Amino acid sequence: MPGTVQSIERAAAILQVVAASGGTLGVTDIAEAVGLAKTTAHSLLRTLLHVGFVEQDRATGHYAVGAGLLRLGSHLDVNELRARSSNWADALAARSGHAVRLVTPAGDDEVVVVHHVFRPDDSAQVLDVGSTLPARSTALGRVLLAHSLGRRTPRAAAGTAAAELAEIRARGWAVERGEQHPGRGCIAAPVRASGGLVVAALGINGPVTSLFDGRGAPRPLLVGMVTDAAAGVSRELGAGGG
Amino acid sequence: MADRYVLAVDQGTTSTRSLVFDRGGRMVAVRQREHRQYFPKPGWVEHDPMEIWANTQRTAAQVLADLPGGGEVVALGIANQRETTVVWDRATGRPVTRALVWQDTRTADLVAELAARPDAALVAERSGMAIAGYFSGPRLRWILDHVPRARERAERGELLFGTMETWLIWNLTGGPDGGVHVTDVTNASRTLLMDVRSCRWDPDLLAFFDIPAAMLPEIRPSVGVLGLATALSPALPIAGALGDQQAALFGQACFAPGEAKCTYGTGSFLLQNTGTELVRTRSGSISTVAYQLAGEPVHYALEGSVAVAGALVQWLRDGLGMISSAAEVETLARTVADNGGCYVVPAFSGLLAPHWRGEARGLVAGLTSYVTKGHLARAVLEATGWQTRDVVQAMAADSGLSLPALRVDGGMTTNNLLMQFVADALDTPVVRPMVGETVSLGAAYAAGLAVGVWSDVEALRRNWHRAAQWTPSPVRSLALTAEYPRWERAVELSIAWGAP
Repeated sequence: MPGTVQSIERAAAILQVVAASGGTLGVTDIAEAVGLAKTTAHSLLRTLLHVGFVEQDRATGHYAVGAGLLRLGSHLDVNELRARSSNWADALAARSGHAVRLVTPAGDDEVVVVHHVFRPDDSAQVLDVGSTLPARSTALGRVLLAHSLGRRTPRAAAGTAAAELAEIRARGWAVERGEQHPGRGCIAAPVRASGGLVVAALGINGPVTSLFDGRGAPRPLLVGMVTDAAAGVSRELGAGGG
Repeated sequence: MADRYVLAVDQGTTSTRSLVFDRGGRMVAVRQREHRQYFPKPGWVEHDPMEIWANTQRTAAQVLADLPGGGEVVALGIANQRETTVVWDRATGRPVTRALVWQDTRTADLVAELAARPDAALVAERSGMAIAGYFSGPRLRWILDHVPRARERAERGELLFGTMETWLIWNLTGGPDGGVHVTDVTNASRTLLMDVRSCRWDPDLLAFFDIPAAMLPEIRPSVGVLGLATALSPALPIAGALGDQQAALFGQACFAPGEAKCTYGTGSFLLQNTGTELVRTRSGSISTVAYQLAGEPVHYALEGSVAVAGALVQWLRDGLGMISSAAEVETLARTVADNGGCYVVPAFSGLLAPHWRGEARGLVAGLTSYVTKGHLARAVLEATGWQTRDVVQAMAADSGLSLPALRVDGGMTTNNLLMQFVADALDTPVVRPMVGETVSLGAAYAAGLAVGVWSDVEALRRNWHRAAQWTPSPVRSLALTAEYPRWERAVELSIAWGAP
């Protein structure tokens, strides 16, 4: 392709690999993935580190997407996010029969509700857009914690079992079973923007007895609805795949 | 029993959409196709009826193919852009000219001339609406006057007139080969040619506008079988048709007097059901037909159309470049606590309801060096709220009906700041339904009701679920009532500014 800058192309390829890996690759793997000599990849990674587009775990040497890049991605306006997610959120509430919330990060330990669709039973409910929820004790918050790799590890994440967050990342959804309010539960999934960055969490809130079966497992049908809706919003935001 | 579905065609200004709804009123499939906008001269807006017909066939076939197995689509309902006018050759099915779209203003001189006639009062008295280029009758007259041989051919019965639902129904039911030439009563009521009480074409109005009766479609109820759409596979009964804003009223389940909906799109369209008695208007809202179930009396509505709502936000984005997406107006508006004394009157091409002042021009009032773009953004959103209050006050004066709650739909309903402002400005709860596709849902409801998918309107009412509610704050409502005269003054100034 004429007129392109090779080093930017290479840096972009590296960022794509780093973002897709979820912070599991070192310089050797990254160089191999993009087909560059290790020294070339290393010098590009050092530049990306310098501008804050990647971060490096001191213990493992693995690279992850950096806060600077996340800030670019999170420039997605919350009101825009609500507008773009609205059809999916409405359909999720209508199909699941439960209230729907979309949250984005708000500081280290909290998430903020940016969209709320009522439970479709016409009972009295109050719109809680703008209110904050604790990150650790809610499924919506845990989804965001699980995908906060690369950023300075939030205090909340530090207190949550790394294994649990890894599991949320691997399976693509999180649950809450009475931790925040007794008898109340939530099933939530990540919403990704273009480039695959997780920018929000989408979930349904309802009685534990409705969301989980007798053995305490979330009902697969509801999990499917939540992950489908989150994938739908992600596609709307330009995330690839799915 | 297999699932029963209803197909809705929403023939809109920019696109044609085919949607399928289940018995719960939930959308299960949708296909959409945009059509070309023709602007041959300033103020002229045209669509190609053949393109729209092709898009209707294509999206309907696609959406029927999308459906999961096991279900059965049992009826078709149509909602259409209102007042857009088509005239075509009965024998060939070819339009004699492109459709004159509701936004088209070429009839302004004709309308002024007609309005100046001594017998012009007949129009408002008989049709329920004052003469305006907004309606389809003057467009039909323009075509008869300007397309070569159109009038003589129309008088010989060779040409047919219709609004978009009429054009589509005629084609769906066979076109030149036995197509059914009908219109629904809501669309007929927007021609200025129909007696709004008897719901028949009025010979005096036809004489006034010089329209040959031979070219007019038969007026039919909105809910009831109109014909068999043999152009679709499988063939479906066309069992409902409504103008788009009336369809939204139906889709919002506003079946009782006083119940009202407002659609916030490019403009805003507020309709309030007034029951089976026609309300004579004095305060700037218009009386229109809401819907009619076959064998039942006509239900009427008051309508308040506002030309510029979301279009003002688009202007902030495209004209001023202050925001990069429409939704960001809320972010910008929330950077400040109030409007800073600033008011924006978006009279870009005059003011519609309740002022009806075509000469008014937009203005920004109250500028001081204190005002920032945040205040402007707030004033832009508040303009839509204030205009809603203007319309609601006019309707209350005309109908005497109180407004229990305002049901809202359209793109701007994701704007929480605006929706809360509307609730506070009206001192009335504002509620948003779970299904935002109220226009196509209304068309589906009309058709499904006619063929028994739903037993009665109460069954439709049970499908309506609240997705969000904005409750007025008594303190804010009082404050806004005190502030309202400032807005009214800004409106007066915008009218004065545009005066010759």
